[in-house]
Amino acid sequence: MREIRYREALNEAIAEEMERDERVFLIGEEVGHYQGAYKVSAGLLERFGDRRVIDTPIAEAGFAGVGIGAAMTGLRPVVEFMTWNFSLVAFDQIVNNAAKARLMSGGAISVPIVFRAPNGAAKQVAAQHSHAVEALYAHIPGLYVVAPSTPRDAKGLLKTAIRSDDPIIFLEGELLYNLKGEVPDADADELIPLGEARVGREGADCTLVAWGPSYHRALSASAKLSEQGIECEVIDLRSLRPLDSATVIESVRKTNRCVIVHDTWPYGGPGAELVDRIQRDAFDYLDAPIGRVTGHDVPMPYASELEAQVLPTDERIVKAVRRAAYQE
Amino acid sequence: MANGGDVAVSTEALQAHYRMMQTIRRFEEEAARAYAQGKIGGFLHLYIGQEAIAVGAAAALRPDDYVFQTYRDHGTALALGMPADAAMAELFGKDTGCSRGMGGSMHLFDVERNFYGGWGIVGGHVALAAGAAFKARYQREDRVTVCFFGEGATNIGGFHEAMSLAGLWKLPIVFVCENNQYAMGTPMERTTAIRDLTLKAQGYGMQGDRFEGSDVTRVYEHLCAAVDRARGGEGPTFIEIETYRFRGHSMSDPAKYRSQEEVDEHKKRDPVAITRAQLIDAGVSEDALDDVDAEVDELIDAAIAHADEAPPAKQQVMLDSVYVTTYPEAG
Repeated sequence: MREIRYREALNEAIAEEMERDERVFLIGEEVGHYQGAYKVSAGLLERFGDRRVIDTPIAEAGFAGVGIGAAMTGLRPVVEFMTWNFSLVAFDQIVNNAAKARLMSGGAISVPIVFRAPNGAAKQVAAQHSHAVEALYAHIPGLYVVAPSTPRDAKGLLKTAIRSDDPIIFLEGELLYNLKGEVPDADADELIPLGEARVGREGADCTLVAWGPSYHRALSASAKLSEQGIECEVIDLRSLRPLDSATVIESVRKTNRCVIVHDTWPYGGPGAELVDRIQRDAFDYLDAPIGRVTGHDVPMPYASELEAQVLPTDERIVKAVRRAAYQE
Repeated sequence: MANGGDVAVSTEALQAHYRMMQTIRRFEEEAARAYAQGKIGGFLHLYIGQEAIAVGAAAALRPDDYVFQTYRDHGTALALGMPADAAMAELFGKDTGCSRGMGGSMHLFDVERNFYGGWGIVGGHVALAAGAAFKARYQREDRVTVCFFGEGATNIGGFHEAMSLAGLWKLPIVFVCENNQYAMGTPMERTTAIRDLTLKAQGYGMQGDRFEGSDVTRVYEHLCAAVDRARGGEGPTFIEIETYRFRGHSMSDPAKYRSQEEVDEHKKRDPVAITRAQLIDAGVSEDALDDVDAEVDELIDAAIAHADEAPPAKQQVMLDSVYVTTYPEAG
């Protein structure tokens, strides 16, 4: 298998799906002539033309709504938000229109649309540009939320998302775009289904659950823990809705311990949802309270030392796992 | 129904308009009664006084043109051909409703007739309509989109962004502002710095058109011109139609912010009465029109009876209408 970057994997997914289905188009700020704010759409304008790669003014609510209206009437838009921070000015479109059209019409309307952008903190871009939005969108019935952490998952899940008949919130990572990894050849046409977590590392002592950038921290922390004699099983959820709690429950029944790691805030987040499901479905298997290592409950500060403290670190993960193992 | 260019309105067409306007009027009156009886819940926004707009606009469209409306949507749905039974059953929250009882009064949908709702957030649907127009152009289809909204929507961001994009891309769409003078209870002079809303059209690079909307033929003629422009690739038109709702904003609004004199003055331009007078002038007999009224009464009585007797909304339809594809763990 060849190695490509996460950004290239996304680019291939969009290009392949545009090639396969003429109804698929890409719309957003700087996606065309500029080649994408993060170069995910590099070369697509030249390849597909300005009918299908559409630059927009800075009007997220406007072009998100245009995408939803186009999806309702038969197209399959891929809407790029530059970053998920800017989706907040299109929140009404996503929550009130994309997520509600189907139910409100008694099932007559579907909204096959993908909203995609990098999610979470980058480096020192401060409070308004560091949102990890998964809790906001995973809360909403009518939306699916996907957060791939590897190039292979990015490609396979984006292809699935574009073929999905439901609205998909697709969370990428600015700090993941350069990540290299193995991805099947283009003609493999690999589709990774929504709602299937992936066990990235097997271990018998504690289950670590993460997604997106935090998955990589969970992996590096588990390497350190291994040196201390604690073997973690690391699960990458990949989708937050649908949520593959079965894979998590199965793992917890084996390890009897669980720590959840995520960048976003603790209050009412997907980590809290998982805690509820685990305590319901694996109560008798738990040997310790479920731990959470999350972004701190503050708007993101600018100063690099503080930003590093706010995001989950290997040290915090190690500590939480050791606490769950009663070694702390 | 389609026309597109030939705007001469025959007496026969005007009779059809009268029948539809009377249908909307009687539908709304009986809906209000059913609401008072507790058969309809939630919000109920009546279209009484604005009937000429929905009917005149619908007559200017082809069956495959797209239409988007706000929550004051009964009149538009009926004018586009939604059966009164399906509309009333929706208000009653029944399974035979046009949205299977999932939407209610504010969310009527009839995709078969290209009526795409029925939207409850002011200004939120304007970009959706632009999206339908975008789709028609993307697929090189000869279809126009009409988007209705109230004057209250012209102050919110969603409206502005959608208008900006539609103007920029010269989409095949007609924006129809039904200016009924009050954004809920607040008169326009307290919400908007200009009186002529079509002044905004220039800023979006589109044509503006403004007129009084109690005459269904006038509405039809102006809409035909705008629809033709859109179909001909000349881009969007922003139409402001002056109108007046005879009832409050919704059933819970006694409309104390306006005087009875003001309401009475506007009722002199009752669009249903105007059309009736025009037909009498054209030689149609009172008896013939009374017959139409009687037939409409029967239709609406039947719609109420249907809605009363229809089975309740189904839990399974609700569960099946959240997603197209469901997963075992999705919720």
